Amino acid sequence: MPLILDHVSQIYNEGTKESVRALDDVSLIIPEGQFIGIIGHTGSGKSTLVQHLNGLMLPKKGSVFYNGKDISDKDFSRKELRQHVGLVFQYPEHQLFETDVFADVCFGPKNMGLSKKETELAAFEALRMVHFPEDLYYASVFELSGGQKRRAAIAGVLAMKPDFLVLDEPTAGLDPVGRLEILGMVSELHKKSGLTIILVSHSMEDVATYVERVIVMDRGRVAYDDTPREVFSHAEELKEMGLGVPESTEIAAMLRARGFDVDPKVITEKEAADSIYAALKARR
Amino acid sequence: MDIVSTKDLVFEYIRRDDEGNPSDVTTALDHVDIDVKEGEFVGILGHNGSGKSTFAKHLNALLYPSGGTVFVGGMDTKDDDKLWDIRSNIGMVFQNPDNQIIGQVVEEDVGFGPENLGVPTKEIWERVEESLKAVGMLEFRKKSPNKLSGGQKQRVSIAGVLAMHPKCIVLDEPTAMLDPSGRKEVIRAARGLNDVEKMTVILITHYMDEVVHADRLFVMDKGKVVMQGTPREVFSRVEELKALRLDVPGPTRIAYELKKKGIPLPDGILTAEELVREIEKCR
Repeated sequence: MPLILDHVSQIYNEGTKESVRALDDVSLIIPEGQFIGIIGHTGSGKSTLVQHLNGLMLPKKGSVFYNGKDISDKDFSRKELRQHVGLVFQYPEHQLFETDVFADVCFGPKNMGLSKKETELAAFEALRMVHFPEDLYYASVFELSGGQKRRAAIAGVLAMKPDFLVLDEPTAGLDPVGRLEILGMVSELHKKSGLTIILVSHSMEDVATYVERVIVMDRGRVAYDDTPREVFSHAEELKEMGLGVPESTEIAAMLRARGFDVDPKVITEKEAADSIYAALKARR
Repeated sequence: MDIVSTKDLVFEYIRRDDEGNPSDVTTALDHVDIDVKEGEFVGILGHNGSGKSTFAKHLNALLYPSGGTVFVGGMDTKDDDKLWDIRSNIGMVFQNPDNQIIGQVVEEDVGFGPENLGVPTKEIWERVEESLKAVGMLEFRKKSPNKLSGGQKQRVSIAGVLAMHPKCIVLDEPTAMLDPSGRKEVIRAARGLNDVEKMTVILITHYMDEVVHADRLFVMDKGKVVMQGTPREVFSRVEELKALRLDVPGPTRIAYELKKKGIPLPDGILTAEELVREIEKCR
């Protein structure tokens, strides 16, 4: 069932001098099965937006629909919504609190009212999905590396078997290989389990490499909603929003300005290398 | 002169089991020799858990060596009588801007350090002004830190450290929590301090592109220094860095791909500008 945002506005400190329109008439349809990236400058409304997806915040104006029902309705179960739309916050390892990894991952399903056996099966499956090392299932969360903690936290959300997985900067603070590993794992969750992924990211490179649809937020509005290739063809506009384009796209533009016939629409390093190679070869 | 010099630095900590009995010894720093000269910009790279931050905490005597010695401005950090002199030499900036700002107003926050050192009021205000100016935050002096972006908050943290007139600033992953424009602001501020104020800067980071302008790099793994040299030297070793869970800057990777395809590019390309210039030479 898709998530639908219909003319959603959110205003902080309404009626005071400090009033901020954090979301301004946002309409979006998020069908099941997509891999979506959300980018935007700090304060652009990204985090406010994702908190509306699982009912942590309710719109001041407009509506959010899940399964054809308005999530603001009194008889709508937001607890249930939160099982379907899993939200992994930034630095989710700060929210690990149980004595060991397995107990922590069990917390969500246990809270949903599943039996002990169902809970444990869900936890095992979730830990397998994130490729958590088996010999560390009963380790204290303090003994884990940065990447392992992050996997454990993501497993805790996956154990509730959500249809939508929202990840707010899942790679912040990780080393380069740790970043690649987490993104590869998320990409695999999308491909193998058909999970809808919504990735909030600061990295234009990551968005260009992994997602099929990019939503660009700017001052509470949706500035662009398109494929990465189309979105990143708006280099000037993105720069004005405090964002940018992948470095590969920038290098292609610099070479074009110097008369090289490089494809202006390259967005990944591989595409850039291939296109530069072809341009050099054509000249020889 | 060396502002920081570690000789055979070892740091071990003892892990204990549930009963509190020692069960295991972890060596976080394993015979580390790192020297930083006054006025240098030094980058320290390494994956999560490689020992970078443990190293940083030795520089202002937050941690003491289990073996070897750490000299700061010629003083041994184990010398208790010199603790405050040592700490006044080294200014530390950490990852999370929200944990480092305490004042209600930007200029108050920056003045907190020198006030604590007993600096006369008139001089405090002079220092506040020069420090905020150095990081490009002077126009925000009357603002509440809560209203600032992450990059601006980190620049205020840097100004707060500068106001204490250290000889060296240690930045421990200062951009890990920032967006791309915030990252650029902070790195520009750090480079400005080094270029203009001749401040010694030690930058610990996971982002390879932040240290391409450094004078020297040290790469750490399992508590050891496993590579050192200029950025050009270090980033020429693409495969070795990957094996260390690290990476090279994006333009270096593209150059590497092109070279594999037979394009005669030189080693050690670090920035987009350099890549474009070298490709122009190939046509």
